[in-house]
Amino acid sequence: MLINGIAVLLDGFAYGALLFLMSVGLSITLGLMGFVNLAHMAIAMLGGYALVTGMSMLGWSFFPALALAVVVTSVLGVVLERGLFRFVYGAPPLAQVLLTVGALFMIAAAATYIWGPGLQAVTIPEFLEGRLRFGPVGFSRYRLFLLLVGLAVLGLLHVGMVRTRFGAMVRASVDDQDVARSLGIPVDKVFMGAFAVGSALAALGGALSVQAMGLDPGFGLKYLVLALLIVVLGGAGSIMGTFMASMLIGIAIIAGAYYMPAMGAFIIYLLMIVVLTLRPTGLRSMRRRHP
Amino acid sequence: MNGGAHYLREQRRWHWAEIVFWLLVPAAWFVFPGYLVLGTQILIAALFALSLDLVMGYAGIVTLGHAAFFGIGAYVAGKLGQQGWTEPLSGLFIAAAGAAFVAALTARLVCRGNDLSRLMITLGLGMLFYEVANKASSITGGLDGMLDIVISPLLGVFAFDMWGRTAYVYSAICLFVGFLLARHLVRQPFGLALHAVRLNPVRSGAIGIDNTRALSRIYILSAAMAGVAGALLAQTNQFVAIDVLSFQRSADVATMLIIGGLGQLYGGLVGATGFLVAQDSLAAINPVYWQFWLGLVLILVVLFVRGGIVALVRRMAQRLRHRQQRRQP
Repeated sequence: MLINGIAVLLDGFAYGALLFLMSVGLSITLGLMGFVNLAHMAIAMLGGYALVTGMSMLGWSFFPALALAVVVTSVLGVVLERGLFRFVYGAPPLAQVLLTVGALFMIAAAATYIWGPGLQAVTIPEFLEGRLRFGPVGFSRYRLFLLLVGLAVLGLLHVGMVRTRFGAMVRASVDDQDVARSLGIPVDKVFMGAFAVGSALAALGGALSVQAMGLDPGFGLKYLVLALLIVVLGGAGSIMGTFMASMLIGIAIIAGAYYMPAMGAFIIYLLMIVVLTLRPTGLRSMRRRHP
Repeated sequence: MNGGAHYLREQRRWHWAEIVFWLLVPAAWFVFPGYLVLGTQILIAALFALSLDLVMGYAGIVTLGHAAFFGIGAYVAGKLGQQGWTEPLSGLFIAAAGAAFVAALTARLVCRGNDLSRLMITLGLGMLFYEVANKASSITGGLDGMLDIVISPLLGVFAFDMWGRTAYVYSAICLFVGFLLARHLVRQPFGLALHAVRLNPVRSGAIGIDNTRALSRIYILSAAMAGVAGALLAQTNQFVAIDVLSFQRSADVATMLIIGGLGQLYGGLVGATGFLVAQDSLAAINPVYWQFWLGLVLILVVLFVRGGIVALVRRMAQRLRHRQQRRQP
């Protein structure tokens, strides 16, 4: 029982790390511009497809293809942002929602057209396969890898937000866009940069999740709710909050699947409604937060 | 002296274009007798879109889970028919009451908070109900759908035939009644109050409007109307598939409304017609392409024609009138 519990906890952390990678970009863009990007998970999905394509068509091995996926998707994200999304920044949320849902539909349809409706698979490097044993507890190497990547990204993002000039500009823009702009911070460019980073991380998460969660054209919609839930739970614009929320959700999902399989996705939606009822602005409120 | 009442009276008058629009519904019966099944679907979708217009266009609540009420209405009406309560009209009322009841339970959650949390709550509620229907397959039939629904003839006389004649007239009458109700409602002081809440909740509160109460009332009413639309679908098809609760349905109805035009009553009706006719011809070719074009249309409408087709037509009519006035000074 205890050993199972530890295994579930570790798996939950690994799953949470993936969710963190995929949703942190959404959190930043939402906090920065108040931009509701429902197509964010579609961008993550494209990262997954880019990895699959890089490995199967170009014949690259896992890590180079992963790097390719991250770069290509981040460029694509910026193209979407400059070419489409920036026209609705000042618009009411409904316009943003509809525009990004439109983008989500188009990306999903394009993915079905290009890659077909079936599940995609990748072969991961040999040293990530199999299980590690810590005494009685067995733990998949790949899951451990995911957890490490998640922690590394968290650390890098944190340092980037606290130590770098760009991070300071992002924080200033999140706190008060108008004042930041009047101080000479190019908020639009900061946002573009943040969007590129967010897309790159989404692509990383999407690419790494091919092995763990599977990839099909429905991905963008399937995980959208989870990402939104994480952002709302963690508070838009907060990296630490997003991380904690991701871990919470990851554990809730794995534990729910393990101990109460009949409940299914029910737990997550219920959790979301309860949290939003108690704290309409998330666990960490929108305006008082640290990076 | 009494400008507000005068304004409302002006607004309540029927424009000739509205009368022409409604004459199209019986006209379609004679012109396209082979398409009455599609026609029925359009009428039902139009009623659903109209209900969404009340809550989204007039009250400004951005919801991505309106299919929840459509689905509840469909399942309630279907269950009644399955269990031997075969009278259709009372079935509609019970379905509406069921949807309104669930809306009343959730209204508090939805009507407070900002746009983002509303979006999340409605999305979450929609998914939650889908999941409930999926899991409670002993009641709802789960993914296989609800079968063996029996509906007795309308008013004891008009049986539901396989060409959809009764269904068409039945749905048309329900849509018209729903429309009259909505039209009456938004041209009341209550409708103006909703406008105020949507445009500026702080100021509307300051002039004495109870924001949460106004929003809750329209939310419940709209849910009842969506429930009637769902019940109509269940009764005319005598089958309920689980996709009545799906996210796709919520997104579809929002798309219809946006294409047609928000907050103008006719937007949902026009949008539903355009959407379903296009879907009928395009989706038959390939459902994937259909999703692609749908996304493209959504983006184009948001970027270029806020206000949708109805606003576009209105603008064109205005321009024509100006030109005529210039010609005869």
